Parts: sequence; structure tokens; C-alpha cells
Amino acid sequence: MKADVGAPISTGGVGALLRLPVYGRKIGGAAEYVIIPALALAASLVLFGIFVGLFGKNPLDLYFYMYQGAFGTWFSWQNTLTRAAPLILTALCTALPAQLGMVIIGGEGALLIGALSATSAALALPDVSPWFVDIAMAVAGMFGGGLWIALSGALRQYRGVNETISSLLLVYIALAILNYLVEGPMRDPTSLNKPSTREIGAANMIGNIPGMEVHWGLVFGIVAAVLSYILIYHTVFGFAARVAGGNIRAAKVVGLSVGKLILITCFLAGAAAGLAGMMEVAAVQGRTNANLAAGYGFAGILVAFLARQNPLAVIPVSILLGGIGASGGLLQRRLGLPDASVLVLEGVIFVMVLASDTLYGRWSFFKGKAG
Amino acid sequence: MNFDKISRRRMLQGTAALTVGSAFTLQRAAAADTTVGFIYVGSRDDYGYNQAHAAGAAALKGMAGIKVVEEEKVPETDAVEKTMESMINLDGATLLFPTSFGYFNPHMIKMAQKFPKLRFEHCGGLWTDKDPKNAGSYFGYIDEAQHVAGIIAGYSTKSGKLGFVAAKPIPQVLRNINAWTLGAKLANPKVTTQVIFTGDWSMPVKEAEATNSLVDQGVDVITCHVDGPKTVVENAARRGAMVTGYHCNQSVLAPKAYLTGAEWNWEVLYPRFVKMFTSGETIPNFYRGGLKEQLVKVSPYADMVSAEAKKKADEVKAALTAGTYTIFKGPIADNKGKVVIAADVSRGQTDPELEKMDYLVEGVLGATS
Repeated sequence: MKADVGAPISTGGVGALLRLPVYGRKIGGAAEYVIIPALALAASLVLFGIFVGLFGKNPLDLYFYMYQGAFGTWFSWQNTLTRAAPLILTALCTALPAQLGMVIIGGEGALLIGALSATSAALALPDVSPWFVDIAMAVAGMFGGGLWIALSGALRQYRGVNETISSLLLVYIALAILNYLVEGPMRDPTSLNKPSTREIGAANMIGNIPGMEVHWGLVFGIVAAVLSYILIYHTVFGFAARVAGGNIRAAKVVGLSVGKLILITCFLAGAAAGLAGMMEVAAVQGRTNANLAAGYGFAGILVAFLARQNPLAVIPVSILLGGIGASGGLLQRRLGLPDASVLVLEGVIFVMVLASDTLYGRWSFFKGKAG
Repeated sequence: MNFDKISRRRMLQGTAALTVGSAFTLQRAAAADTTVGFIYVGSRDDYGYNQAHAAGAAALKGMAGIKVVEEEKVPETDAVEKTMESMINLDGATLLFPTSFGYFNPHMIKMAQKFPKLRFEHCGGLWTDKDPKNAGSYFGYIDEAQHVAGIIAGYSTKSGKLGFVAAKPIPQVLRNINAWTLGAKLANPKVTTQVIFTGDWSMPVKEAEATNSLVDQGVDVITCHVDGPKTVVENAARRGAMVTGYHCNQSVLAPKAYLTGAEWNWEVLYPRFVKMFTSGETIPNFYRGGLKEQLVKVSPYADMVSAEAKKKADEVKAALTAGTYTIFKGPIADNKGKVVIAADVSRGQTDPELEKMDYLVEGVLGATS
């Protein structure tokens, strides 16, 4: 049974976190992947309730406000989905290379480079139709972000540089490039106290999804997640990637081109984060400035690990974390809890989900059904 | 309807429904009092920018009929739009103070257009007549307080070397560095201010490194313009240097090193705005002021500050308060020797040229780019 769950990857200590499961083969197995995380989540909420209770707040109030702030009203839902939208795309930046056993944590850098590339594309095309500008922005954003993470992949493949470290360091380089361009060559001279690029123009802004106040990034994120799922679990490429992730030597022995797999997967991962950056520019900020470094890339790492690197699971987990973010404000306002309490909850969930890893394959209930 | 048939149970149900109904009305009535929302980009107890605003919000809490709701650590993304909407939809806020500079455009503007009956007040002074009329922007001439603190710094330094840890070389920051240095030069024309830019508003590690490096160079009075001066103040004090504070009073962090400081005075402004709002008076869309309008203040001087320094600082403070003193009065040269304000030119606080400041005055060691 254990083998079905996926073999640990041989990338040392971090690799142990990454068991790459084969989903949906057996009904029992699928149920396991829903019930165990749900139990972990419930346990986290109980623990967090106790934690909040120790500070003299009523845990029932806590649960009520969390529900109300995240999912209780139509407005709360939109608030949650707005926050979830960039997370789906940045989580894919970690989840895709994870199939190859790589731990990429530099989604923030790809997002920033994607945003810069997209803004440059829009500013370079002043008098063309908005449709064309937006497509150019998306292509430029995905290309920029893709190259950024492919750089980490190339360093690992050709120079043996640890991709976790290199992708993280590339975040700081991306931020430095962004600050340099925004405060220097690309600066709008009228942006005195808030150095920014020129605006891409109201006509080029991508609006909201009709009927709701959530921008199109949510739809793009869901489409990208579904495509990633199909790529990983239903194509030869994805199968090859998973084989290489399981045992890189075995993959080479059977003649898989591991280098190509790494570069392409990293490029796709970076493209997802780059698209998130493009959406932040085209749907929210309207220009590039330091506001873009809001930590979506880093939050995406958490989402990917909670989703156990499954591209489809990234969607509900993003919505969950978006909901926690949305309800965090209400907790501050109604219960007087500091902002850090939300981080405590996210930390508890993270630990519980990782700890619950040990439960997979141990319950005869699931085995019986599966067998 | 046959009244005889109304059972006792029905009766009770009816009464209960009425009670619930009236409870709702009561709640509505309470909500009809003014709810004011405050949004901070960092944490409310950062001993800096956000704490200064939170102190202003706290000053409203005693006012009758005013309810204050607050949210901290809200990034300058669409998250702040949703926070504003959440305060409006779920808390009934009618007056909002998104306090961070980056909240203004496009976030607050978008919300002001969406909720034309509500009032939005932003800190930073960015409003122009193209922006919605139910939005406003206020700011304080804190360089006046920096100028006074600079005088104290100039009298207190023994090495003649001052230090300034700054975030970014933008007009607002340059204006503070220049005003502080010009103040110090009133005490001792030979002082120099070494400036170090950290590159961003909240970079505690770089701020600590900058502070250490300044002390290593012989600097003995340090100030800063970053979001949370805590790191700079504590590190400077630990290394035996003196400090003048910024944003709010940091004397509790370094009682033996804190000479004075330039503080915001939102405790005065926010009750003023809320009174205007509740009495139906329109809050000016563009509101600015300095020591005279009580938008900024100078921390009480420490005991170690010399009598001479206190006297000169009080003199200038009184003149600034009376409106008879100009900080940026020519001739002023920049640190490359170029005259930036000619001998016969006097740039008062409202002069738009000061908003575009892109130079460091003579005596400042450092470059804007």
C-alpha cells in the first residue's frame, strides 16, 4: 500500500516531506486523501481554539467570526476568492517542480519578474487594442517568470547548485532588479514619494469576473491548476517527470532526458508565478512598484505543501488560506486578536498536515475498500 | 382571523419575535453611531509610523458615539480594498483611515468611487482635484519637528559627526534629512550628516548594520526615517551613541540616549476630523499643517540636553509655531556645490518645489542615487 502512496524522494531531509502520491487510482485511496487532511484541519482548529482560549477569548466566537469573515456572506466569499487567486498560481510554482523532487521556493521572484515583464510589454505597446496588450502582457509575464525559475533548474542541472537555495536567492535579486528599474530607468517622474512605473492605462486593465468582484486571475489560476494536473497525471511527460522524481538514476537508465524535464517543468512553474505577477499588474495595481512584493510567492509555498504538491488540491487549499486571510481581519476587529494569530493558525495547520502524513496507508478501513 | 383561537403558545412566540425584532432595531441604532475604521500596513506597536496612527485612533475611543475598528499588517494590494469593504459591510464603518502611503492609488480611490456616501481619509497628502470628492489626504510638515530635533543633535554631538538611517531617497525623506542637518548646522556650522539608505521601509537587519557602521565611523548622534525606528534607536543606544527619534516617542526604548524626536500628532488631528465628520462639516480634501496646526510635535527634551541647546531649539520652535520662520531659506547649496535655493529665495512649507526635492544639502555625506 505504501508504494501506492509514493516513494520518498532522495533529496535528503526535505525530500521526506515530499511524498508524491498517485491520486484517484482506488476509491479508498482517494477518500483517504480527503478525510485525513480534513481531520488534520479539524484538529488544527481545535488546537487554535485552545490557544485562543488561553488568551481569554471564547473559541466559539472565534469559529463563528472565522466562518463569517471567510464564507459567511457573499461579500466574504468574494474576499476569500480574491485572496486565493494569486495563491493558486504561485503554489503551482512549487508544486510542479516537486514532481521532479525539486523544492523550488522562489515563486515570489518569478512573480516580480513576471510583473515587470508584463508592465514593460504594456508600456512598449502604447497604441494597440487592449486585447492585444493583455495577451502580450500575459505572454511576457509568463515568459519572464518562466525563465527566472528555469534559471534555478539550469543551475541545478548543469552546475549542481541546490535549487532551493538558488531560487530563494533569486527572489532577492528579482526584488533588487525591480527596485532598481522602478526607482531608475522605468520610473514615472510624477511618482515622487512612491516610485512606480508609468501606468498601463485604464483601458488595458483586466476587469472582474462578471457578477462578482473577483478578478480574472482566479479563473486563470483554476485553469492552470487543472492543466497542470492533466500534464502531471495524464501525459507521458508527466509520467516521465514523476519517474525522474521518484528515482533519478532509474530515469536516466531507461533513457529519460532528465535535464529537459527539469528545464521545462521549471519554466512552466515560473510561468505560473509570472502570470500571477501579470494579473497583479493588469487587474489590481495598474503599474509596477514595491507593492507587488506582498508575499504571494511565499504564501504559495505553504499552499503547495499543504496540497501535498497536487495541482488540483492547490485550488481548495488556496481558498482555505484565502479564507483564513479574509477572516483574519474580522478576528482583529471583533476579538482584538493581533494579526500574528492568523500566522499561528497557518503554522498549526502546516504542522498538523505534515504530521498527518504518517496516517496514510495505516487504516485498514481504507485498505479494505481499496483492496 | 379568529382571535379566540390565538393560543398561549402563539402569543409567546409573537412576543419573542417582537423582542428579537426590537433587539435588532437597538443594534441598528447603536450601529448608526459613527464607526471609524483604521488600517495599518505594519503592526500597531512598531514604535513608529503605525504606532503613531494607532495612538491617534486610541484618542477617539473616549468620544461618545464613536466606535473604532482597526486592522494591522494589511498589504498594499487588493487585500486593503477588501479590508475597507469588510469594515463597511460587516462593521458599518462610514469614515475610513487607510493610513499607508501605498493605499491611496488605486485602492482607496477605487473604494471612494464605489461608496460615494462614505468618507475616506488617507495619510500622505496625495489628493488632487481629479480624485473623488469623498476622499481626502492629509499630511504633516514633520520636517519642522526634524529641524528642531536637528538643533538639539547639533548641540549634543561631540565628534561633529551625525548619522541618518533612511529608507529611500524620495522627496519626503530627503526633506527630513535636509531639515535635520540645517537645524544641526545652526548649532555648529561644521557638523556633517552621514546618510545611509537601506532601500526599503522596513529592513531591520540593514537598519542595524547601518547604525553600527555609523557608530564605527565616529558618529555620535543618530536619527532615522524608516517605518519602525526601534532597531536604530536600540542599537545606537547599545553602542553608546545618542539618538533623536522619529514618528513617535521612543524614549522608553533608550531612556539614556534619547535626546528628543520628531513625532506625528495624530492624537490631535483624528478627533478634530471626527468632530467635523459627525457635525456634518466637510473635512477639507487636502489638509496639511506643521507645528502651528499641531499635526506634528517635538518629544520633550532629555535632561542631558544642554540649556543652550534647549534655548535655541525652543526659540526656533516658537517661531515655527508662530509661522515666522522658514527652514528652506536661501542661500542653500547641495552637497555637490550647486546652489539649489538662491540667496533671495525663501521656500515656505506650502511651496510645491519642496515636494520635488531631489538633493542633499551641503554637510550631508551621501548621494541620492
